[in-house]
Amino acid sequence: MVSHKPTKKIVSVLLHLVFLIVTFIWVYPLIWTISSSFKSNRELFSGTISLFPQGFEWRMLLPQNWPELSEIFHLSNYVKAWSIANFDQYLMNSLLFSVLVVIITIVLCSTTGYALGRYTFPGKSIFMGAIVATMFLPAGYTIIPVWQLINGLSLNESLAGLVLAEAGGTHVLYILLFTAYFRGIPKELEEASKMDGAGFLQTFIRVMLPMAKPVIASTIILEFVSAWNSFFVPLIFTIHRPDLRTIGVGMYSFVEDNASELSAMAAGATISFIPIVIVFLLFQKYFVDGIAGAVKG
Amino acid sequence: MSAETMLDREQAILKKMPKKRSTLNRKEHIWCYVFLLPQIIMFLFFTLWPIIASYYYSFFSWNGIGWPSEMVGMQNFIEVIKDSNFLNAFKNSVIYTFGLVVIVVPSSLVVAAILNSPKLKGSVFFRTAFFLPVILTMAIIGIVMKNIFAFQGGFLNSILEKMGLIDTPINWLGNTSLAMVALVIVGVWKGFGIKVIYWLAGLQSLPKDVYEAAQIDGANLFQRFLHITLPLLVPFLVVITFLQTVWAFNVFDLVKTFTNGGPFFGTDVVPLYIYRHAFEVSGGLPRMGYASAAGIVYGIATMLISIVFGLLIRKYGGNKV
Repeated sequence: MVSHKPTKKIVSVLLHLVFLIVTFIWVYPLIWTISSSFKSNRELFSGTISLFPQGFEWRMLLPQNWPELSEIFHLSNYVKAWSIANFDQYLMNSLLFSVLVVIITIVLCSTTGYALGRYTFPGKSIFMGAIVATMFLPAGYTIIPVWQLINGLSLNESLAGLVLAEAGGTHVLYILLFTAYFRGIPKELEEASKMDGAGFLQTFIRVMLPMAKPVIASTIILEFVSAWNSFFVPLIFTIHRPDLRTIGVGMYSFVEDNASELSAMAAGATISFIPIVIVFLLFQKYFVDGIAGAVKG
Repeated sequence: MSAETMLDREQAILKKMPKKRSTLNRKEHIWCYVFLLPQIIMFLFFTLWPIIASYYYSFFSWNGIGWPSEMVGMQNFIEVIKDSNFLNAFKNSVIYTFGLVVIVVPSSLVVAAILNSPKLKGSVFFRTAFFLPVILTMAIIGIVMKNIFAFQGGFLNSILEKMGLIDTPINWLGNTSLAMVALVIVGVWKGFGIKVIYWLAGLQSLPKDVYEAAQIDGANLFQRFLHITLPLLVPFLVVITFLQTVWAFNVFDLVKTFTNGGPFFGTDVVPLYIYRHAFEVSGGLPRMGYASAAGIVYGIATMLISIVFGLLIRKYGGNKV
């Protein structure tokens, strides 16, 4: 047993080392993007592999050398991406789009989950059955009817149409998460609230919804990330409205028109990654819980 | 369990008070319908109607303007399954999906098993690192990767050359098979982290006492993994394989921005093929009816795969904890 210990230790150290190297390579495309966003176009086309822009020296990190540093780090890439390539607008569009999609989703799924989780009423099983059935039907190319529908509502080429097309579908996962959570809340709380004279709606808003915070948080983060990363729907619904483009579509059309603007591309990509990475790191727990709930359920 | 029986009993008691309960019930029912109404409307307009309409449209020759009027019967379907470009896209979708499933499903389990081990320090850090690509915009990943895999001056070629692994740069995206390899690599990288989370959820749901018993029996780590963990994880294996398959089968964003189906349709996949016929027709009118038919053929193919997985889940899901 004693002779086993040093080898075990070596195995453990090796394992940690391998994992460190693998994860470093894993996140390197992200590091590459950030690093490229500070380089010049010319340097990027030359096949550089260095992390820092050409001419960088470590001594420049000292505060008295910062003016030199700012000459070497091409911050102008960000200015270019932000104002000339319209990333300021794309970022705002993505933010507004994602927030509106999240709000609609939360309202729809929390009310549905509440009714399904806590009450039995005529037609409940029909409703559940219909939702589940549509999940298993081969759906075909549903974006065309949705496109027609949005046109028919005269919402084509508007933010409202874009948001509806994205949020309109039935979010079965969130409905199930809300249903399961509301079902698990003890009856006494509801009874107590009713004793106090609160009605159905008041009980829902004042008692139940605050208790469902974990599910709400999971739904917010999952749907925010999903909407932020959405490409297909915004691509189709902003064809004639460049000013409504979200960041993914904006980025795509930018590189289509400016294939040689590598550094502005990298700056734009960095701008698009920052908000979502921050949101993820802050709410990682809820995100992981929501996903894990999906596979367990 | 006991909480549920208590609730049942409570409801049984409440049922014994019919008069008061029924008026209360009716009021509650109305409220339930009010709560469901927004979802029902959305469901009818954005889930049910699009499914029905996508079938209806597929029988028409229709450019998307106005209401379809020129009915062509099964002609669209016949054209779809005879079109060599569709078959090529279908083949590519299958290759891409198969590549992803075969690589991701086992390797993500290995990573999850190591992350789940108490001996690994900093597992949250590693998990976060593996997960990071999952939350990034797929379309933007495609654009970034296009530059990393670039022929001249691309980062990947440069670093491979500097390490002495290759002498001349590889034209990753200029060769049909290499472009597919690159697409699979990026697809694996993008979706890997979420499967690790799935596997972790599975691993954490396993009963602990079985392991303790096995440990006492003198089974080593590998034996325990092979004979205890793996059989218990079969239901998760089926679900994860299914999710990965459907996810890969529906890939659009990545292909659109990374290779756009090229070179020479070498990475053209069905969702991209359909999109081209409906929304990005070069030199002609959109063929919405045809695109709908292609969508249904593809949807049926997806359903057949789902049925196979459904049967597997039924078969192996029974002993799920």
